[in-house]
Amino acid sequence: MWKFMLRRLTYAAAAIFIISLVSFAVIQLPPGDYVTDMINRMRLAGGKLDPEFEQRMREVYGFDQPMIVQYAKWMGNILTRGEFGYSFVYKRDAGEMIMERLPTTAVMVLGAVMLTWSIALPLGVYAAVHKYSILDYGAGFIGFFGLAVPSFILAIVVLYFTYRAFGRATIGLFSPEYVDAPWSLARLLDLLRNMWVPALLAAVTGIGALTQTMRANLLDELNKPYVNTARAKGLSEARLLWKYPVRHALNPFVSTIGWLLPALVAGDVIISIVLNLPTAGSMLYAALLQQDQYVAAGFILLLSMLTVIGTLISDLLLAWLDPRIRLS
Amino acid sequence: MATLAPGLETTPPAEVQEAQRSAEVASQWKLMWWKFRKDKLAVVGSVVVLFFYTMAAFAEFFAPKSPEFFNPQYVFAPPQPVYFFLDGRWDPFVYGLKFERDPVSLKKTWSIDYNTRIPWGFLVKGEPYTILGLIPGDTHLFGPKNPKDPFYLLGADKSGRDMLSRIIHAARVSLTVGLVGVFLSLVIGVTIGGISGLLGGLVDVFIQRIIEIVNSVPSLPLMMALAAVVPPGTPPVQVYVVITIILALLSWTGMARVVRGRFLALREEDFILAARLDGASRGRLIFRHMVPSFLSHIIASITISIPYMILSETGLSFLGIGLRPPVVSWGVMLRDSQQIATVVNYPWLLLPAAAVVIFVLAMNFLGNGLRDAADPYAN
Repeated sequence: MWKFMLRRLTYAAAAIFIISLVSFAVIQLPPGDYVTDMINRMRLAGGKLDPEFEQRMREVYGFDQPMIVQYAKWMGNILTRGEFGYSFVYKRDAGEMIMERLPTTAVMVLGAVMLTWSIALPLGVYAAVHKYSILDYGAGFIGFFGLAVPSFILAIVVLYFTYRAFGRATIGLFSPEYVDAPWSLARLLDLLRNMWVPALLAAVTGIGALTQTMRANLLDELNKPYVNTARAKGLSEARLLWKYPVRHALNPFVSTIGWLLPALVAGDVIISIVLNLPTAGSMLYAALLQQDQYVAAGFILLLSMLTVIGTLISDLLLAWLDPRIRLS
Repeated sequence: MATLAPGLETTPPAEVQEAQRSAEVASQWKLMWWKFRKDKLAVVGSVVVLFFYTMAAFAEFFAPKSPEFFNPQYVFAPPQPVYFFLDGRWDPFVYGLKFERDPVSLKKTWSIDYNTRIPWGFLVKGEPYTILGLIPGDTHLFGPKNPKDPFYLLGADKSGRDMLSRIIHAARVSLTVGLVGVFLSLVIGVTIGGISGLLGGLVDVFIQRIIEIVNSVPSLPLMMALAAVVPPGTPPVQVYVVITIILALLSWTGMARVVRGRFLALREEDFILAARLDGASRGRLIFRHMVPSFLSHIIASITISIPYMILSETGLSFLGIGLRPPVVSWGVMLRDSQQIATVVNYPWLLLPAAAVVIFVLAMNFLGNGLRDAADPYAN
């Protein structure tokens, strides 16, 4: 088990390292260096220019130095001081802005995972046991439909009907009194109460796909001789189903979190843009459009880390559940 | 689920025996075709896909108008209902449109003008065009008999352009992004997956880890970041190329996995061993013996990747960081419906999404059918 954990941790670290390189590339890609750009913008905006400030910025970001040093500086600032750089659009620390949004996203993605599982598991089991029933066809339809309809279209359609029904087109994450409040248990509960529509929108694709996976896995299991044996021994149908085949079929189910998480993060990003939710997605989008590179890079780094760490946890969980995996 | 008890087994009828005999001598591709055509959804899917690609190739002929054709008089005109018969006789027409201006908000309110009838027909003369710069013509599959008449079967957009014509023309861009992107990811995937499967050992382990890492990165934020740094003044063709490359770079892993898996499985097969013992060179082994037997799997995974590409392009363009006007793609068209107020007033602006959904559904059905048929020897 320890060896397995160590190996998994190494992969995760390697993944995060590569992601950090890519995020850094995001800072470097736009033409021109960042400080010059910033100075130009400030000049255009008619702001006062402090040569000392310019010098200091250059030193802070090390633009006179080679790429590797710049990367090391950027990473170093993040690791040691949690500084993600400076947002010149909002004139404040990029890290602060990111940290305001990230917890909401994390809660929402986690909620979407829970939602996906709690719908896909029973639905998949039902579809497998009652093959070719109406609900089975319904689940199959949702599966195909969820894969074919882009989540932003779903979001627009939901907005459209909210508007038709209530005369306003806002789906918020927080009740008015909690919008600007600092994080607290009450605010978290408020978020949990309000987030189910966007979370469901983000989860639709995953629910469809996962239901089909569960159905296929369980169908494979149900045809195995041990099921017949158990039935012949007079085990009740429910006990027979839940105790053995479902547990077996559940394995690939847990491992799918590897693609479920990235998909849900992506779903959250595009849905929060359409619904204008105060999560990471809409701010990342705004940052990208305004070329606010440090904010964008920070978000990409952290969102990717979110999925890598999530996948790591699910892998370890899986190994703990199933000895065949950690011993192979 | 229910299997027949041994005593109840019957001899298969004559035609089944006949089929079994011919199945024993049929070629691999023939077996696949037999298996494929049993999947009704896949057959329907392939017809729809074929229809879309034909439409995209000959968009100028299929669309009543060119994508740039605009008429400021008919900004946000609603869809006109289609009629085929007048007094029981074949005489296709639509009713004209009239508007009233709200005296306060100056907003146009459209309504159907039941007093004017606009005749339309099939194979009518309209705007001249050259299909793909090769075939000149001015005949359109359908359109108004008088080209000056308003003809908006799916409504008009903010510049008074015909939504239907634009959806048909946009298919060309949206569908080829899928094809080109998949081709690129195929090249990357087959190369890397092939190396991984052929060499095995440490190289294989290394490549598998790389694939795991690429897969664990949420692709949308990354795509957004890469697409957003394309400078605003870039010519549309270059943007198109860059976007397809980005899509391919983030989606080759599935293809690589399939190829690697096939290589690993085939290495153990008897016929490969036989060929090797016969003294076949490595190149001959790969291209004469291995590739033909996994070509079907590659075709299947291509079909499964195309919808992903198209959905990604649509998403990026919708956000305004993918393809940009004057290029017409479904995503670019959907950009107009980013404002919910616009969608509420002019819901037909969402229609390009219907095209996306129908095509992706058809492609998924086709892909699933192909995947199941790809291995005709499995039960």
